[in-house]
Amino acid sequence: MISTALTDLWYGFGVALEPHNLMWCFIGVLVGNMVGVLPGMGPLATISILLPLTFGIKPVGAILMLSGVFYGAQYGGAICSILLNLPCHPPHAVTCLDGFPLTKQGRGGAALGITVISSFVGASWGITEMIFLSPVLVQVALKFGPAEICSLMLLGLLAGSTLARGSPLKGVAMTIVGLLLGIVGSDIETGTPRFTFGIPNLFDGIEIVALALGLFGIAEFMKSVNQLSEVDTKYSHVKFKDLRPSREEIRRAWPAMLRGTLIGSLCALIPGTGPTIASFVSYATEKKISKTPELFGTGMIEGVACPEASTHSSVQGDFIPTMSLGIPGDAVMALILGALMIQGIVPGPQLISEHPDIFWGLVASFWIGNIILVILNVPMIGLWVKLLTIPYRYLYPSALFFVCIGVYSTNNDMFQVGETIFVGLIGYLLLLLDFHPAPILLGFVLGPRFEENFRRAMLISRGDALVFIKHPISAVFVGLCVVLIVAQIYVRLRKPKALITELQLNADPNAVAPVEP
Amino acid sequence: MFQTLLRKRDFYAGGLMVLLGLGVTLNATTYTTGTLMHMGPGMFPFILGIVLTFVGILIFGTALATPLGEDEHILPRNKEWRGWGCILAGPVLFIILGEFFGMVAGTFACVFVSALGDREATLKSSFWLAAGVTFFGVLIFSYVLQLPFPMFRWGR
Repeated sequence: MISTALTDLWYGFGVALEPHNLMWCFIGVLVGNMVGVLPGMGPLATISILLPLTFGIKPVGAILMLSGVFYGAQYGGAICSILLNLPCHPPHAVTCLDGFPLTKQGRGGAALGITVISSFVGASWGITEMIFLSPVLVQVALKFGPAEICSLMLLGLLAGSTLARGSPLKGVAMTIVGLLLGIVGSDIETGTPRFTFGIPNLFDGIEIVALALGLFGIAEFMKSVNQLSEVDTKYSHVKFKDLRPSREEIRRAWPAMLRGTLIGSLCALIPGTGPTIASFVSYATEKKISKTPELFGTGMIEGVACPEASTHSSVQGDFIPTMSLGIPGDAVMALILGALMIQGIVPGPQLISEHPDIFWGLVASFWIGNIILVILNVPMIGLWVKLLTIPYRYLYPSALFFVCIGVYSTNNDMFQVGETIFVGLIGYLLLLLDFHPAPILLGFVLGPRFEENFRRAMLISRGDALVFIKHPISAVFVGLCVVLIVAQIYVRLRKPKALITELQLNADPNAVAPVEP
Repeated sequence: MFQTLLRKRDFYAGGLMVLLGLGVTLNATTYTTGTLMHMGPGMFPFILGIVLTFVGILIFGTALATPLGEDEHILPRNKEWRGWGCILAGPVLFIILGEFFGMVAGTFACVFVSALGDREATLKSSFWLAAGVTFFGVLIFSYVLQLPFPMFRWGR
């Protein structure tokens, strides 16, 4: 088995090193790193803006680029957290706790150096996990019938909406809204237009780009306008030679890095617990097993190494269920899956055998991309620090233009731009009511396949709704769903104090921590 | 009792979901529901609508069960009417001006107006930002990517 995996990987490197693909991968990680550094821009908005531009290129290049944006942004986000104490990206919110004190002590460069090393270690482990685990998962998943797929999707949706940040109940509500939005358009079997309100432009359904850019573009801009304070860059003069951590720091960071990697890879296996949860859990663990827990928060290098390693190992691990089962764990994965579907590729367990170039090319590109990122980050750190100072008032109007033109270019149709504005307004209202819009995208992408499999399962079972618990594999998934719900209710009713504080941290990672004078 | 309920965010959140759920359920009945074995196009939305209503009631229930939180204002403390207005007006102008006068006018108006949404923005700074974005935007999208969207046009 190992030899086949290695041969496939070799083939993947061949694909990823083709000049075109290499170029797209480079562009992806470069753009990702850039938006990761810029306060107020996220990977979600960026991937959605770039999505229409990938229609013209081959599927492999498109996927390599969009994935590159995602993991590239994680590298950039760490810079923002450590040097500015700004948790621009939720996964890096905990890195601020120890990263910024280190910066104030003049060790910000070393913290960044450790971050780059831990990111690479974490990512490498995540990729290895993907190489060996995905084919195994596929072997199992290929035996699934419609009933099993349906219950698995239910589990994925439930986990994705309840384990993410915010109230689980509201997460479920948003998932259902997403499923409903996925219904809009002509019915697959009968062609009946549903929820189109007589507008012909909606017969093909809602455009995923319009939905994503409305929710994560316009709604986010409305939330952040005039809210981001001027960044304070007086500590953030880091030069190339500052990046080298001392021997003592490496000695202390090394075990923390490995523990973080392990936690991240475990979190990646549970759908719905993306990098954010992984980094919080690993920071808490590291603090618990440390001999000097009271020093955490004052600039412990372990407190930087551990969450960063786990973020990256979980980011790469997130691709496992997405690519091998066709079930995304979070909104970014849902977008990447959406990009695959736009290219005419059906996601699911058959993806690896039908499109080995995409899967193995992607795996290989992860390594290439991570190496490019290390090269980009280490010597060019001065440039990234300069980027931090671009004020938001120049950023969002330019981004709005990219939103408009991006949505327009999907179909060369102004109707989609209007759709985006509408979605953005609704998305902002939902944000104000404490709903997190990410599960909407999850539901939207899975919706049509969920309905199709649901109908097929019922047809095969001749209308017997109990089919989902009669098939053993499906019953396990349904059982897990029940366990998940019961556990959530139990946790809510007991309300241990620690969990509440952690949830609050989770719920509000976008709150910009005050810059200390 | 009722007064405090009216001030809770979850009251409106739950209410909105109940309304949406009911609306979807009612709308779904206008399509063929079919039987469980041969489901029509209306069945799936019908089920989802009922579940959404139920979840909405649960959210509503949590509003009843929990004490009034500290920050229950739906609108943020600083109301950014100008910011919100400008951000929404930008894309609207992009549609109108883009449709009738072409890409350059649409882009310029979109960036210019949305940039005015920031408190520190001045007419001059917004103008230069809009000019810059228009220049590079046209360069990228018209020349490099060959987007079929004329730079200038008059009427439709």
